[in-house]
Amino acid sequence: MKNNFIRKIIFDERSRSLLIQTLTIGIFAFIIYILVQQTAYNLDKRGISSGFDFLNMSAGYDISIRLISFTSEDTHLRAYFVGLLNTLLIAICGCFLATILGFLVGIIRLSSNWLFKNIAYVYVEFTRNVPVLLQIILYYSILLHLPQIKQAIVLLDNFYLTNRGFFMPSPVPKEGFGIVIASLIFAIIASYFLKKYLKKRQETTGRQYPIFLMNSTLIIFIPVFFYYITGMPIEFDNPVLKGFNFKGGMVVRPEFLGMLFGLSIYTAAFISETVRSGIISVSKGQREASKALGLKNNLVMRLVIIPQALRVIIPPLTSQYLNLTKNSSLGIAIGYADLVHGFGGISLNQTGRAIEIMMIVMLTYLSISLIISIFMNIYNKSVQFKGNA
Amino acid sequence: MTKIKSLLIALLLSLGVSTAIAGSHGSTLDVVKERGKLMCGSNTGLAGFGNPNDAGVWEGIDVDVCRAVAAAVFGDASKVEYVPTTSKVRFTVLQSGEIDVLSRNTTWTVSRDSDLGLDFVGVNYYDGQGFMVKSSLGVSSALDLDGASVCIQVGTTTEMNLADYFTFHGMSYESVPVETNSEADAAYLAGRCDVYTTDASGLWASRAGYPNPSEHVVLPEIISKEPLGPAVRHGDSQWADIVGWSLNAMIIGEELGITSANVDDMKGSANPEVKRLLGVDAGYGAMLGLSDDWAYNVLKQVGNYAESFERNVGMGSNIGIARGLNALYKDGGILYAPPFR
Repeated sequence: MKNNFIRKIIFDERSRSLLIQTLTIGIFAFIIYILVQQTAYNLDKRGISSGFDFLNMSAGYDISIRLISFTSEDTHLRAYFVGLLNTLLIAICGCFLATILGFLVGIIRLSSNWLFKNIAYVYVEFTRNVPVLLQIILYYSILLHLPQIKQAIVLLDNFYLTNRGFFMPSPVPKEGFGIVIASLIFAIIASYFLKKYLKKRQETTGRQYPIFLMNSTLIIFIPVFFYYITGMPIEFDNPVLKGFNFKGGMVVRPEFLGMLFGLSIYTAAFISETVRSGIISVSKGQREASKALGLKNNLVMRLVIIPQALRVIIPPLTSQYLNLTKNSSLGIAIGYADLVHGFGGISLNQTGRAIEIMMIVMLTYLSISLIISIFMNIYNKSVQFKGNA
Repeated sequence: MTKIKSLLIALLLSLGVSTAIAGSHGSTLDVVKERGKLMCGSNTGLAGFGNPNDAGVWEGIDVDVCRAVAAAVFGDASKVEYVPTTSKVRFTVLQSGEIDVLSRNTTWTVSRDSDLGLDFVGVNYYDGQGFMVKSSLGVSSALDLDGASVCIQVGTTTEMNLADYFTFHGMSYESVPVETNSEADAAYLAGRCDVYTTDASGLWASRAGYPNPSEHVVLPEIISKEPLGPAVRHGDSQWADIVGWSLNAMIIGEELGITSANVDDMKGSANPEVKRLLGVDAGYGAMLGLSDDWAYNVLKQVGNYAESFERNVGMGSNIGIARGLNALYKDGGILYAPPFR
């Protein structure tokens, strides 16, 4: 009986592979266990405190670039959220800008205009072959050489460009602004139904309507109309130079702009290549067929080429979004207060909880990346072939 | 079968690695001796404190502490490898054992001494946090700085003092975080910030390197105590003693009037403390685990505290800081080493 068991393990393929897999998992778990154990032992031996209680201690430092209020008396946990929001801000703005720029350049590279085509080519080859960190530092250095605060460049009234940032008026809503917002929401809903209705009419009567133009007029006109009817319920808080700095208004800091330019211009180069390959992947016959049907050039692009190209574009585009988000941690190089800079850097240094903080930061990036992947996968499914092929 | 074999090898290897990690905790002195050189955590570049000169040789008052330790351990002050550290990574580098001593204008505080698992072993420069502005701004006091943009090195005590000071006086500011002293200089000179704040010594050192030093003023307010000194890992008292007493030997050397020039003559001194310090009376080196002439080597090769101070940051150097608090206790300062007996 016993002999039979051993024979089975050695000669039966299923039992054997089961044994090997169990062993592998066991060894892997053992190594992890040893590492954790050893780390805890070493920390203890060197008298380094550990634990997560520091999260509720006051941070003691200030963060200037922030979306929510933060003072030095707030906790490290709040510093974490300040950093997280800054990371998300740069990721979202960066992806948005990179996508627009990338699509534009990708399409230009396929144009027949020799000059535009080659400018786009040089741009792509230059930016994607130079480390993004250097590009970020380059843009930041250029921004630092803008005029100093006292010699600010005045763009229009109340818009100032300096090496401390781009200062502009901030809107302050007054009473009655709610009505304008409500009218905007109404206009958006109305335009949705209008679009549906016009599409239906097109299907039944064959007549085409300028849907986009009509809807944009609707969305712009209705809120503007209500804005004037309610007596212009927005006041502008203008930046005024007082003492050392501008007081009031809003400011976009050069650290943010440096990151935005660096990340989006770099990533756009990759996206443009993705877009180009996507468009090329649509067979020539499709274009020729749609032209033969009498479609204009821009309609060929919008109705025939792009929808098919998207199937090829979306998966690599997702990984570009992930790259951009992860590259946003380079903000540390120019003092952009993202997650790694504030919580992952200063808090780490002040509290010495390197392992705990790095674990939190890594898990956060993992979560952000997974969320982006999930949404992009959902979108990817929606553009894939539908039908019973 | 080969699969099983390779698995077994992997298992053995992983066991070997973990025991290797566990076994790497000899005494620091033995590790240093075996390596043949001292690993010294220094500044990435702060004139007068820790900075490579034109020939690439590290110089400064903090660097001299490491050279003193090397002289005490090896009898050769040049057996040091410098590891430039930013203010942010310095403690991690020390904790992880990459360096043996951190001598990098680092402020001694209670949380660093306890919570971070470090031991500060002395003070080689009594400093305080100051503010530097362009004189064209017409600012004469730190209390006029409401609303200013302030360049600050991240991960420092100055960062927290700054927050405290402005909060306490009900003033607002924009913090412009930078990683290193040279980045701070660049941002300050470009006008990204109005004010550069760090230890006053650091401000003087930076100012000396600016194109027109007279266009910048260091404001009179000193808003904190910043005792700067060398730190070692917690838990190796012998090593802490060696580093601490290497520094003390330099201070006692000044007290006793022993310089690098006259140390050989002083060996013949009748003063019993001089005889103990220079190892003429044997036995004191062994207490620390060193040779008896360790302090002789320190004073011969590095010099006493006054020599180090004048050479690096004093009136004789291009930084030009007066001794002030850093004079000996008997000369009106607070520099005071425990007796050598």
